[in-house]
Amino acid sequence: MSPLGKRFLQAVCLRAYRFLFFSKFSGKGEALVEHKKIIELQNISKEFEDEQVLSSINLDIYDKQFVTLLGPSGCGKTTTLRIVGGFETPDQGDVLFEGKRINDVPAHKRSINTVFQKYALFPHLNVFENVAFSLRLQKLPNAEIIKRVKEMLELVALKGFERKNVTKLSGGQQQRVAIARALISHPRVLLLDEPLGALDLKLRKDMQNELKKIQKQTGITFIYVTHDQEEALSMSDVVVVMAEGKIQQIGTPTDIYNEPVNAFVADFIGESNIVDGIMNEDYKVTFSGHTFQCVDKGFAPGEAVDVVVRPEDVDVVNVADGMLQGTVTSVTFKGVHYEIIVDIGGFKWMIQSTDFVDVNANIGIFIEPDAIHIMKKSEFSGQYGDYSTFSDEIEELGNSETVGD
Amino acid sequence: MKALSRIYTALIFIILYIPIVVLMLFSFNSTANTGDLTGLSLYWYRELFSSPDTFNALKNTLVLAVSASVISTVIGTAAAVGLCKFKKNFFKNSVLSVTNIPMMNPDIVTGISMMLLFVFLGTLLGRDEKLGFTTLLIAHVTFCLPYVILSVRPKILTMPRSLPEAAQDLGCTPLQSFFKVELPQILPGVISGFILAFTLSLDDFVISYFTTGNDFQTLPLLIYSMTKKEVKPDIYALSTLMILTVTVLLILSNVSSKEKSTERRLTL
Repeated sequence: MSPLGKRFLQAVCLRAYRFLFFSKFSGKGEALVEHKKIIELQNISKEFEDEQVLSSINLDIYDKQFVTLLGPSGCGKTTTLRIVGGFETPDQGDVLFEGKRINDVPAHKRSINTVFQKYALFPHLNVFENVAFSLRLQKLPNAEIIKRVKEMLELVALKGFERKNVTKLSGGQQQRVAIARALISHPRVLLLDEPLGALDLKLRKDMQNELKKIQKQTGITFIYVTHDQEEALSMSDVVVVMAEGKIQQIGTPTDIYNEPVNAFVADFIGESNIVDGIMNEDYKVTFSGHTFQCVDKGFAPGEAVDVVVRPEDVDVVNVADGMLQGTVTSVTFKGVHYEIIVDIGGFKWMIQSTDFVDVNANIGIFIEPDAIHIMKKSEFSGQYGDYSTFSDEIEELGNSETVGD
Repeated sequence: MKALSRIYTALIFIILYIPIVVLMLFSFNSTANTGDLTGLSLYWYRELFSSPDTFNALKNTLVLAVSASVISTVIGTAAAVGLCKFKKNFFKNSVLSVTNIPMMNPDIVTGISMMLLFVFLGTLLGRDEKLGFTTLLIAHVTFCLPYVILSVRPKILTMPRSLPEAAQDLGCTPLQSFFKVELPQILPGVISGFILAFTLSLDDFVISYFTTGNDFQTLPLLIYSMTKKEVKPDIYALSTLMILTVTVLLILSNVSSKEKSTERRLTL
């Protein structure tokens, strides 16, 4: 069994309740070994004006999968996509399509189509002609073009829009035209560069479901670029987390969420309390002055580690029953739960709980062994700090892309 | 204050256009009297069109203007596209400044320097007739080029880079992508560049004066030679027609470049 598969099984056994909680995340670890590789990136490096955008990227993408490149602005995810699409050539390394090197194959000869960030619809053509564009290039008979465009417009729910001017459509409709235009020539791979970035929240959710549905129906490999971690988790078979031009982690959404490899991934995907700890021995870790049972092993005795505890895994108990004690500094009502910031020995923890506690109350907290995840120290250790300056707004700003990225 | 500024504007327009209006008015004069409007008639227009010289000059002017504007539009558009692909800013700016020199240069300098060049080259090649249609055409293309580049370039710069990429992504070769996607986008700029070049070529006198030979006369040159003999109202009629043509073309050029840009603003 592959290491990824093993990790997956481990996750299933140990965190069964999380599967119920995050049931919308499709954990398909087995799919990883079933399909054949369609695209391989081998040691890809790319520089722009003396700035290293990608350094030695290695990535295998399997046929018929929904793969998401996830990372903050400037992490190199769009460049990776453009290299696959043929719009950039790597400085070093090879791009393989079904085992054949395609570094020098121009974009128009690749069986890979792209849905661009701002749609890039042709303003001088109507909806029908935009969608029919690639078929017209292939000089197919008119009857076939009409039939295929009609089918495609039905697939993206734009029946009856044939004669409409693309510039007069709403953002969501333009998006659908862009998807239809890219899909109609039956590409093997579809690249999507932040396709939902310009849509409002409600529409974005609908389109997420629709994209997933289209991907299942057509069986085309999707490579999706986003900085929105929730989007990545809810749509993908495989998530590739990138930062600073390097791949940090590749795995299923559940893997990525439950078993982040370093502080960057833990911080970027969901909320997490990342504290310094010492691994005493297998299954025993000390942090914040208390020794906890955990489920991780394989570290050197006394090794310094990063400990991740998700806010929803921390239970609020009486001071006396708590493994750790602290003072509540703020409570925010979030609908499903309260977001509680607790000062424990000077480190601000975030706890999500359905029970209300008063600000300034002393509380105890209780953490189950399987809620503790241990990570090796990395270059990202200590970069993320605690929740003392946390606000949703800043988080949102930090995650959003700058225009023209 | 507002009234004052209106009066000021009106005054400027009157001063600018009253000579033209007077000229147009006198082109309809029924006699050859210079200072006296004796009655309205189309006599001088008939007179104008009955002269074979005028017809010939009109034909020459049109042939020259069409060829010069077509050639400069093709070269200028290609140049603008190429200029936008330059990565190095220094190189790009240098080329742009160099192409703009004919625009800044006094016409008379451009004219004389071109004449010199043509005569020099003609002598080198051992040609008897050194100046004529060809030299005139080269000169016209030269001074029209910067205007075409100037009107096409902004259209290319505002076109999203993803459009040609999308075209190539969908299977266009770079050349197909230019004709199927990029050209339709920059077409308003190309058309207004073409019209601008056409008008410039149509009414150029100074450069044409130096670069043409005896056997190829254009309308501005004809008017000039007519004034040497005796100023007759048929010159007024000819001038009126030229003013009208140029005005119409300039309006067309403005309309064609405005239309698309407002449309694009709406969609963004």
